[in-house]
Amino acid sequence: MIRWIRQQLGFDPPHQSPTRTIYVSNHFPQYENFVHQKFPDNRMISSKYTVWNFIPKNLFEQFRRIANFYFLVIFLVQLMIDTPTSPYTSGLPLFFVITVTAIKQGYEDWLRHKADNEVNNTPVYVIRSGGLVQTRSQNIRVGDIVRIEKDQTFPTDLVLLSTDREDGTCYVTTASLDGETNLKTHHAVPEIAKLRTVSQLHTLRAVITCHQPEPDLYRFVGQIRIQQNPNNIVRPLGPENLLLRGASLKNTNEVYGVAVYTGMDAKIALNYKSKSQKRSSVEKSMNTFLIVFLEILVIEAVISTILKYAWWYEPSYNERTTQEKNSSRILTGISDFLAFLVLYNYIIPISLYVTVEMQKFLGSFFIVWDLDLYHDATGQRAQVNTSDLNEELGQVEYVFTDKTGTLTENEMKFRECSINGIKYKYINGNLVREGVTDGEKYTFTDEEKMFLKAISLCHTVHINDQEETRRSNLNSVVDSSSVQYYAASPDEKALVEAARKIGITFAGSSEKNILLNEFGKEQRYKLLDILEFDANRRRMSVIVETPEGKKILFTKGAESSILPLAKTGEIRTTSVHVDELAMKGLRTLCMACKYLTKKEYEELASQLLAARTSLQHREEEIANVFNLIERDLHLLGVSGVEDKLQDKVPETIEALKLAGIKVWVLTGDKLETAISVSLSSGHFHRAMNILELTNQKSDTECAAQLQRLDTRIKHDHVIQHGLVVDGTSLSLALRGHEELFIEICKNCSAVLCCRMAPLQKAKVVRLLKTSPAKPITLAIGDGANDVSMIMEANIGIGIMGKEGRQAVRNSDYAIARFKFLAKLLFVHGHLYYVRISHLVQYFFYKNVCFITPQFLYQFFCLFSQQTLYDGAYLTLYNICFTSLPILMYSLFEQDVQPHILQNKPSLYKEISRNEVLSLKRFLYWTLLGFCHAFIFFFGSYLLRGDDASMMGNGQMSGNWTFGFLVFTVMFITVTLKLGIETHYWTWINHFVMWGSIIFYFGFSLLYGAIIWPFLQSQDMYCVFVHMLSSGSAWLGIIVIVVACLFPDVLRKVFWRHARPTLAQRSQLMEPNSGITCMESICCYSRGETVCSPLRRILDQIMGRCKPLRVNRCWSDLDPCYTNDRSILTLSSMDGSSNASVV
Amino acid sequence: MSRQRDQAVLKNKPDNTAFTQQRLPAWQPFLSAGYVLPTFFLLGLVFIAIGLGLYFTSNNVIEIELEYTGRSPNSSCHHCTKNDTKDCKCNIEFKVDKTLPGPVFMYYELVNFYQNHRKYGVSRDDDQLNGDLKYLKEPSEYCFPFRQDGQNRPIAPCGAIANSMFNDSFVLYKVNNSEISKVPLNSKGISWWTDYNVKFNNPKLDNGTDLKQAFEGTVKPHNWPRPAYELDTNPENNGFINEDFIVWMRTAALPTFRKLYRRIDDGLQPGKYLVEISYNYPVLSFNGQKRVTFSTISWMGGRNPFLGIAYLVCGSVSIVTGIIMLIVYIKYQGQNIRKVE
Repeated sequence: MIRWIRQQLGFDPPHQSPTRTIYVSNHFPQYENFVHQKFPDNRMISSKYTVWNFIPKNLFEQFRRIANFYFLVIFLVQLMIDTPTSPYTSGLPLFFVITVTAIKQGYEDWLRHKADNEVNNTPVYVIRSGGLVQTRSQNIRVGDIVRIEKDQTFPTDLVLLSTDREDGTCYVTTASLDGETNLKTHHAVPEIAKLRTVSQLHTLRAVITCHQPEPDLYRFVGQIRIQQNPNNIVRPLGPENLLLRGASLKNTNEVYGVAVYTGMDAKIALNYKSKSQKRSSVEKSMNTFLIVFLEILVIEAVISTILKYAWWYEPSYNERTTQEKNSSRILTGISDFLAFLVLYNYIIPISLYVTVEMQKFLGSFFIVWDLDLYHDATGQRAQVNTSDLNEELGQVEYVFTDKTGTLTENEMKFRECSINGIKYKYINGNLVREGVTDGEKYTFTDEEKMFLKAISLCHTVHINDQEETRRSNLNSVVDSSSVQYYAASPDEKALVEAARKIGITFAGSSEKNILLNEFGKEQRYKLLDILEFDANRRRMSVIVETPEGKKILFTKGAESSILPLAKTGEIRTTSVHVDELAMKGLRTLCMACKYLTKKEYEELASQLLAARTSLQHREEEIANVFNLIERDLHLLGVSGVEDKLQDKVPETIEALKLAGIKVWVLTGDKLETAISVSLSSGHFHRAMNILELTNQKSDTECAAQLQRLDTRIKHDHVIQHGLVVDGTSLSLALRGHEELFIEICKNCSAVLCCRMAPLQKAKVVRLLKTSPAKPITLAIGDGANDVSMIMEANIGIGIMGKEGRQAVRNSDYAIARFKFLAKLLFVHGHLYYVRISHLVQYFFYKNVCFITPQFLYQFFCLFSQQTLYDGAYLTLYNICFTSLPILMYSLFEQDVQPHILQNKPSLYKEISRNEVLSLKRFLYWTLLGFCHAFIFFFGSYLLRGDDASMMGNGQMSGNWTFGFLVFTVMFITVTLKLGIETHYWTWINHFVMWGSIIFYFGFSLLYGAIIWPFLQSQDMYCVFVHMLSSGSAWLGIIVIVVACLFPDVLRKVFWRHARPTLAQRSQLMEPNSGITCMESICCYSRGETVCSPLRRILDQIMGRCKPLRVNRCWSDLDPCYTNDRSILTLSSMDGSSNASVV
Repeated sequence: MSRQRDQAVLKNKPDNTAFTQQRLPAWQPFLSAGYVLPTFFLLGLVFIAIGLGLYFTSNNVIEIELEYTGRSPNSSCHHCTKNDTKDCKCNIEFKVDKTLPGPVFMYYELVNFYQNHRKYGVSRDDDQLNGDLKYLKEPSEYCFPFRQDGQNRPIAPCGAIANSMFNDSFVLYKVNNSEISKVPLNSKGISWWTDYNVKFNNPKLDNGTDLKQAFEGTVKPHNWPRPAYELDTNPENNGFINEDFIVWMRTAALPTFRKLYRRIDDGLQPGKYLVEISYNYPVLSFNGQKRVTFSTISWMGGRNPFLGIAYLVCGSVSIVTGIIMLIVYIKYQGQNIRKVE
């Protein structure tokens, strides 16, 4: 019993065997001591909360945030001891902040619930008690046999039992899982595949044993034991038998499968893991500032407490109670300290987090909405997966980019090849031998034919839908020119298409056969075996039986994995040709073949079957057999496929460099290809001295080479250096000489890493990220092999490319094209950074202004914790009076116009290394806050003077009038200070800025207009009106506000002229767009003088003002920094700014 | 099929509006010298003009301040500081050189008196002062320890503020060659209109109009010589709506403060005057001072040179920096032109 409870509570993990046993149709064995394995039901749960646990769980999560917890503590202190302010003053804002956050999170969770319900309630057909029953998806249990029809999505992970085809195959697309658009063939176990009706399947008695759920989509190891008379049959199960939840059925009318992993055990669900939270540097600074202000708060409270007791005396007119007289000094001291803490607690801006969150959430829409980040050809917008990192986009120092599909189109074209040591060019569908001038007709040699056959046979390409079905019906080859190919690998597709143009057409394949059309003649090859591609072997093979009955192994793969295995053929010339092709930037693949005798084949086939059916270490054994088969090959030749650069890649890379960002290219490609792409993309340029750290075999050799490179760089620092590293050398360099390596990398203006494994990419990123300077890194890539790097870097960007959506799903932002990176960083990154960093600074500034007068007031009231402002104003200051202007500022501010930002990457340097939140700026803002607070307080103090009347009728005012005076001055100053910081006044800014001030006056008048029955005090009754009826107060407010803002304006003007920043110069370059203040309030465009008011208001609300500038940045009219001249002008501008500094 | 795709593509295309593309028409001011310098000069001139006006207005206000604490043995009120004296009176003479046109305001001033002490400031019951009978008998807890007397009888008005009410009184005489005539002092309208008419009200019984009956069952504050309903004979100025009481109840912001005492509507003619002080209020225990002040009033209030000076300083700083900036600006412009050449 106790154990059961402990298990339920999760203390004892339930006993888990390494495998799970599934009884098909849940026909459990009948013996006594049989233990049921428990499986979850098929409900998908992506939501975090339920109705019952939402409040406690959400509250718990919110109070884990330090600021919220702090305010909770303050609130509790206020409840417990006698404090100057009522608990409402901190309770209400806290309640407000918590509620806003809870509503946001609740809404998001509600959406998830809705999506979950939709998925969980889809109807499915399940075989129960001998018949087909319709039920809901969530009711599927492990062991149920499920029927799926054409184009349906699999409701759970199923082992395929049978299909409506004779051979037990079905076609599946996994586009929604990994984005691969090709059709994949899945097989049923032949012995079961013949059971095609419900009643037949119902009689099936079988047990599936497979491993426990794991997230790897491409791994499934299991076996099925079919109970048949007289004896049981055991068959292996692999990924080709498993139909994954989320994939959908194609080209097959219906299939039956048995559920193996249900609900949250399904592979797709296991892949929904929450990503580790990335935190931006702004957030880190924010937390540091928070701690600084906590310290200031404690120091102020300690000073106040000490002074209170140093000056201790209780005036005789204010008798204490006996209880107070008798309580101990220490206790009163502590309670006084806490009271001061409560009094000054507003120095920590309560609404900071909620405002930052809103800003990020709302602000990220501008990325999604951006037309410049919209790719017309594919119709894809930019995608924001996390809004936490918006401002980090403005801080990038290192960009790590993948090559294929990121810099290049990943659109392959067959260009050249080398067959049997002779080079060919592929021109207009003909193979032209090098040296031969004209494409005269000639018959193909055997070697050429073999090479083309290898291309056409050894691949994973499928042909399109209609063809497939027609062929299976008619059993004949149809017009081959109309065939469409679908392939997971674009290289293969390019090769097969080229072979078709030349004359050998791949016309389709089935389980057992491959049809080729060789120069018009139909040939049927018997497919004996496929040795699938994997990343370690970097090659794939097929074993076929030719129509003549010969058994041949064809192998295709990277040259590094084929050449060492080749025994015969023109190996030496071919390897020279491989390098030559690679130099041209072509991707190379080597082809080889091997004739097998019947005996050899049978031996290998039996080994293969044994390996494939083994339950333990299956992968290793298969790899061993593969290696055994693929050896002593005959080299046929090498193909060269071109991958075109995406447009504007060189310009983008050049711009990134101008912005002071270091670009590293990390690719799995071979050295020569990588270098040539680097050169063509402008990553390396001709004048660069290229250093190589390649082919290092041993540690000492590597160390020596590193040392050499280091001295070389130190010796020669005029010229720019580029570094090329390959994977193996890199791992050597990282093992023992990390620091030296980093040192060298830092001094190189471009680094290229080739032959990188996915994990190595991530390792390089981590290395740079954790180096002492802690630079901000950005990784960009499109393929599954970039995922680790994307997740490792501070910012991960996925390219929506052809290699599936894994990179996109794991990224923080996704864009369609590499060139969009420029706008994303230079415009959005810059603006978001400027916005949010000013938001943070301003928030702390306004709270310093707010609470310091309260501190100063203590010196004039015997440290009795008398508040200067009324409770309502303490409460509403942060959440009403000053919240909207800064939020709107942080959404709409543009210190420099976007098109200037994009055209001048050097502007990016000005905000690098968290410049706006640097210690200097932070001190400036904080001191400014304190100075302003002193001016408010002592200005008001002097205005009061010897307490001469401020009224025309000689009447006197009291402490609340004084507090109001300080508060009004402070509020107006703080709001106008934001106005000074605003460079971009849209009508919204006008509205909230002036609206806030009007609201403040309106509220104050209303608040003092009557004696509110629900308020405890009547202190504020008519005080505001009384103050405003004094001419001196008005004049005083004006002069104090001017005195506060004057030095600030002066400073700004002075620096703008004496030492302008690049951004300020850029502001000058386009003297403002001719819109005046009044026009911007009315949402006018330039030149418009009269407005048709109603329409205008409507447009205003919808935000549909006429766009000002129509020309877009990437249009052809506006070449940005495409030509060298603009770069020159840029650098001269930099130079002049330097000159003026000197 | 491709058309469908195109439509899907178009649907995904973001709206090309000024709002979504962050191109809302906007005023883009930047603080360059071209804008700011004229503003500086204009601001400076306006401020200096205002400042001069304020300064002279303030200087025209005449203020006569008389200290009567009686700390030093020479002062005429010294004898009243002894503990055992009751109903002590002392006189202070002063001379008016120039006519003080009416109305002249008469203030008393306390120094080092912390009316803004938190525990002191909250020690009142606004509901009681509003005439609420319930709170008259059951004063708020905030009044503690001036809530009830030893026999648990409620104090009206309760609290420390009321208890410590200033109770010196002044009579002003004009001295005309040893002939003394009383100067009429007006106590009407010395408190805020809203306080007198709305916030403060006497408790009213349904049947009777007698103030004394309404206060039945309460006791006077400890320090008061007589109960609230005997503060004045004029029913319009008695009980909680006694204007001296209302003035006192508006707590001052800082420890040195003035409270309006009376108005002299006819002003003061040149000559000798004499203030007769009933000295009741002890201030020496907390090191305080007491003063009585006569002041005329301009539209902006009493004598306070600060505002005028502040405007003058701001204005002149603005103009001076404007001139400096102009020089820097011209120099910088020149440099720029040279650089271009």
